[in-house]
Amino acid sequence: MNNRVLKTILSFIGLVLLQVIVCSNINFLGDLNPFVYVIFILLYPVTKNRLLYVFLSFLLGFTIDIFLDSGGMHAAASVVIAYIRPLFLKFSFGAAYDYQSIKFSNTDFSQRIVYFLFLIVIHHFILFSLVLFDQNKIVLILQQALYSSIFTLIICLLLTSLFSKKET
Amino acid sequence: MQQLFNFFIKNKTFVLFLLLFSYALSLTIQSHEYHRSKFLNSSNQITGSIYGTFHSITQYFNLKHENRLLLEENSRLKMMVFSHEDSVAVDSVLEYKYDLHPSLVYKNSYALPNNYLTLNKGENDSIKEDYGVITSKGIVGIIDATSKNYSRVLSILNTNSRINVKLKKTNYFGILSWDGKSPEITQLKDVQDLVELSIGDTIVTSGYSSTFPPNIPVGTIDSYRLNDTEDLYIIDVKLFNDMKNLEHVYIIKNTDINELKALNLSDE
Repeated sequence: MNNRVLKTILSFIGLVLLQVIVCSNINFLGDLNPFVYVIFILLYPVTKNRLLYVFLSFLLGFTIDIFLDSGGMHAAASVVIAYIRPLFLKFSFGAAYDYQSIKFSNTDFSQRIVYFLFLIVIHHFILFSLVLFDQNKIVLILQQALYSSIFTLIICLLLTSLFSKKET
Repeated sequence: MQQLFNFFIKNKTFVLFLLLFSYALSLTIQSHEYHRSKFLNSSNQITGSIYGTFHSITQYFNLKHENRLLLEENSRLKMMVFSHEDSVAVDSVLEYKYDLHPSLVYKNSYALPNNYLTLNKGENDSIKEDYGVITSKGIVGIIDATSKNYSRVLSILNTNSRINVKLKKTNYFGILSWDGKSPEITQLKDVQDLVELSIGDTIVTSGYSSTFPPNIPVGTIDSYRLNDTEDLYIIDVKLFNDMKNLEHVYIIKNTDINELKALNLSDE
């Protein structure tokens, strides 16, 4: 139990630093940045204590916001995907989720991609709607959300395959 | 009452979600309005020191570039000194009113519509709000929040930024703002259609506000067009500064700022 708490805290801090020091300064092709911190929300263990989970996701987005001077944009997007996650767990993993015994390292690669993709796209769409905050720029919002989502997805998949080997 | 409590307990996750989401949303809306986003910013102690630690590593990557910039500035200043050596006329009326504080950029962004910089000077170095920030090439922005050791700059690449500038040739002035698209181009508005413009004309600060001294370079005219009502120009200004690569900046402290503010207050 203690081990898990420690791991959560370490990954929280590690991902915040990785995001604000490295990933927000990539600016690939001018203005594309991956938002890798969502991996914390995606891979948080499935627990009954959803209150803590939603709150931690908010806290993570909020910390990123303070670093990047972005008001509450990341916090809003993070808390939304944290709240709707069970829906997509059921959709992507099906029966395994119903028994509450899911472990992300044991899941199918293709199932994991679907699960990541949906939540990342939703997160980025909310994020960029709040960043640009202008209904006349809906095309730009969709465009940026799509490109960044692909970027984030690739980095997230790389990170998971990098760290999952150590566990086994 | 009992039912109400039961409802909350049953849907406690949803209630928490709603609370947190609306709080985040209200912060977001505030951040889109100028002068209301100061509550949370990256100039606090924790974020400042973390950015500082990593900056002390990454600054070595830019040393060559920074060296060249400093050399260029040095040689330009030397040229000025040499060409003015025997014509030093100090008029007490025009005496120096501005102090310059050198500072380092700890954090910079340019890909968002509302960009901010974090600098490593704060209230301990007597830096306050509304001081201007420039580099050797041109303007960067205005300080909008400070803590003890750090300060945050509202970059000219921020859709809330408004800076009073003028055309160097004809002295007509307008307001410099940014449309959020290219980090190299900003927009100058409110210049009348009677004014003669040509591409390549230099834009400088007007000196009408107490933030920037007059005649600090801003950029050159890249292109221009009339606005919808066809009586004012919208001018695209290509900045002299490379906003993507900022390292050493100067904070301008107007030593008369308190006097000017007091004067304005007594008017009201």
